[in-house]
Amino acid sequence: MDKHTLDVLDSSNGHGTKQRNKIDQAIVEIVSDSGEGAQKCGQSLGQISAKMGNGVWTVEIIPAEIQPPARSREGASGIRVRFGAKKITNMGDHAGLVVALNEQVLYGRLRQNAYKEGTVLLIENKWATDENPEIRRQYAEALTEFRSEGFDVREIPMETECLKLVMDARKGKNMWVLGLLCYIYDRDMELAEKQIHLTFRKKSQQVIDVNINLLRAGYQWAEDHLDVHYEIPPMKVTDDQEVMNGNEALSLGIMAAGIELCSMYPITPATSASHHLAEHFEKVGGVVHQAEDEIAAIGFAVGASYAGKTAVTITSGPGIALKTEFIGLAVMAEVPLVIIDVQRGGPSTGLPTKVEQSDLTAAIMGQTGDVPKIVIAAATIEECFHFVILARKLAEAFRTPVFLLSDANLATGVQPFKRPQINRDWFSLPIDQSAWKEGIRAFDWSPETGISKRPIPGQRGGMYTLTGLAHDENSKVAYDPEINQRSSEARSRKFAAFQKTLKPPTIHGDPEGDLLIVGWGSTLGAIDEGVEMARDQGLKVSSIHLRFLFPFEPGLADLFARFKKVMTIEINYSDTLGDPMITPENRRYSQLAWQLRARTLVDIECAGNVYGQPLGPGQVLEIIKKQLA
Amino acid sequence: MFGLKADACSIPMPEVYYGLDDYAKSTARWCPGCGGHSILAAVHKVCKDKQYPPEKTVCVSGIGCSSRFPHYMGTYGFHGLHGRAFPVACGVKFRRPDLHLFVITGDGDCCSIGAGHWVHAIRYNMKMVVLLFDNGIYGLTKKQTSPTSALGTHSNTHPHGSVVPPINPLQTTLGFSNVSFVAQTTDWHPAHLQATIRKAADHPGLAFVRIVQRCPMFMKDLYGDMSADPNSLILLNHEKGIDLDPAIAKSFKRNLDHDPSDLGAAREVAEIHDGIPVGLLYQNTENMRYDDYGAHNLGMSIDDKSKALDALLDRYAI
Repeated sequence: MDKHTLDVLDSSNGHGTKQRNKIDQAIVEIVSDSGEGAQKCGQSLGQISAKMGNGVWTVEIIPAEIQPPARSREGASGIRVRFGAKKITNMGDHAGLVVALNEQVLYGRLRQNAYKEGTVLLIENKWATDENPEIRRQYAEALTEFRSEGFDVREIPMETECLKLVMDARKGKNMWVLGLLCYIYDRDMELAEKQIHLTFRKKSQQVIDVNINLLRAGYQWAEDHLDVHYEIPPMKVTDDQEVMNGNEALSLGIMAAGIELCSMYPITPATSASHHLAEHFEKVGGVVHQAEDEIAAIGFAVGASYAGKTAVTITSGPGIALKTEFIGLAVMAEVPLVIIDVQRGGPSTGLPTKVEQSDLTAAIMGQTGDVPKIVIAAATIEECFHFVILARKLAEAFRTPVFLLSDANLATGVQPFKRPQINRDWFSLPIDQSAWKEGIRAFDWSPETGISKRPIPGQRGGMYTLTGLAHDENSKVAYDPEINQRSSEARSRKFAAFQKTLKPPTIHGDPEGDLLIVGWGSTLGAIDEGVEMARDQGLKVSSIHLRFLFPFEPGLADLFARFKKVMTIEINYSDTLGDPMITPENRRYSQLAWQLRARTLVDIECAGNVYGQPLGPGQVLEIIKKQLA
Repeated sequence: MFGLKADACSIPMPEVYYGLDDYAKSTARWCPGCGGHSILAAVHKVCKDKQYPPEKTVCVSGIGCSSRFPHYMGTYGFHGLHGRAFPVACGVKFRRPDLHLFVITGDGDCCSIGAGHWVHAIRYNMKMVVLLFDNGIYGLTKKQTSPTSALGTHSNTHPHGSVVPPINPLQTTLGFSNVSFVAQTTDWHPAHLQATIRKAADHPGLAFVRIVQRCPMFMKDLYGDMSADPNSLILLNHEKGIDLDPAIAKSFKRNLDHDPSDLGAAREVAEIHDGIPVGLLYQNTENMRYDDYGAHNLGMSIDDKSKALDALLDRYAI
């Protein structure tokens, strides 16, 4: 079978047979009202599958409210799990099988185009006999509608079956569903039971036993009643693997970088990284400071860093807006600082729980005055870990704030990756308290590179007053206009020097062709997979994925020249040519496209939207086809 | 020499002795007659008396006339953003318990744009001396109403007189949770000013000192007469209060007995308007300090960090 037209579970394969059908991959969703444990169920399925050697990607489906009204269409809470015989790098396009604890939440997902004709919908049937006639009517109407649209609807007596084992089916139904899915996808039940032990390790043995019974009952029921049964062969993985989400990877990266302080203010979707840190940071000598606001959070980090303690501040869009003035100060006064932005939909409060890559321009240029700094973006969960270490080192080497961009897709996505081999060089060194070398000034900018070494409080003879005012080499306030020009040149030159150390990006596909796709951030997996699908169809398309957004990796203009067309695919807003009001002159481009156009003088096309959803490979294929039509 | 052995001297001498010059740097560029000059001299004196190593001393300020202060100190300094001296200072101190911190802020910086941080800095109660230079006017931007300007103050933003009652920084600070030290002094009484800053420097937590300051440029009338009138100051007397030379204490015409451990009484003192009470309004050395928490796990070796990280990675291993 072709590796990119994978056989996703649908009604056309598996009916009327008890035989296990071998398939390459599956996309499963579990959706429910908030608080019914769908995410725990999906995470467990992901973990079990990863342990069985499958490639896995899971992504949470999060409503905006903590506890939306029950059975509301917009309140869908849940999880998507994509697993397969190969490495899985993104959430894919349409789910093949969905478990729904009520029928209404499916509407919200249908609107997001998450399913297609033939998708198997396993729906809790207790609503058919609900005492409320309105609910019975809704249920009947929905099922008729789903069937008429070509979905393979199965009514499952989840509540009835669970009530045979527990008093309150709301607690525990998720593990019954896990059992059901374990049968359908032929999961290793021993691993599944181990997973329950792990999930409920802080609970009593009784709770563990009940959940294992539910798991087994779900499995048994599926075996007795369902005709869908699949096998997904494992990959050959030899390395030790870690499985975690992007925010956990950021947190572990912070610890691995030897950072000693994380100063933050609660904000979605960045906060879960701080939760993880708050639980474990102490073990590696760090402390989380929850500040009184976003401004204080970065101010505290800047203060700590000035005093020689490595610091990070972590936030999302609105937090970046508030931190703007301090970022300017850190640039002006050359304070090393790691700023992590787990992007969400914007502007303003925007879409707090949804996926967007809209902070690129703000990161690169969002402060007043001339504010050069390093901006990098993680493309995978593994990079969320390693890029914090990179960011910390760059911040210190170039005496600068470094932006590390992640997004809601990476934050909640879970994927196994090679276990990092801990390296002592990752950790920051204890602060230098030796006497400052006489004759070296506080900003002794190298004429070639603009780089200077900074004194740390405690270093005898290094005393200086850091200032956000224009200043000379001694950090003395500049009254001479020539000084501001000179110091601005030095601060800019650092990044030209840094860019000289970078390599051109590697091309995925042929080094020349009809179309080059340029991506950045969490879209890597979807773009690569979409490009492969297009190449399998004979299209001459390649892709590159940028990790360094400021400065860019070198050689881009030369690379672009070998393709007839170059375009970015991004999850942010762009005007579409062809819209009535849009002309080449007034068109607004996606953010990377804008930067690339300005910095390479190449006529870069772009495709961007703000539906708030992760990019799917099918979407990428469609965009490519449209460009090359 | 003279038959004495070098080790025969019984007086312990520090390796380095710091003089006033070690704490001074460049000429202060405040206006002639500005209260800032005498505060600067007092801080130099306290640093010298306490023999703070200049490299272990950090002055953090915001923006405004007062916030130029760190540039005139021979110590480390941080002249940051308007209103944001507190978060920076707290960040400096959090993991550096070895540093001596002075925070220099003005009435606009602390009580207006930075008011949110003021509340929380008091609550964190980290060891630092906070000097509020309160001259009741925005000076650097040339005479706008400040949050502490008296009602009816004529300024460039309120040419017909300000219309909102001022903030009372003493009363406000005394109202914040975990407050541990509030004192008041004036720029025109150097002995009291120095003694107050010295007491603040001895305090284990955040010592908040409001300094009633003259601005000869824009607010000549505010304290002009008062500074010449010995009846304008009311000295707060108590054995736990500011330690003032008895000869100098005697020179005060008005006195008030006040126990600085009595928060309720401190709030009454803060409301005195027919004179300026100077001295220690409130002190509690027992309050929780956030810098103790910040410093609780310092100095872990890279080996220990590696081991701990390895154990954490085990949790995610499959």
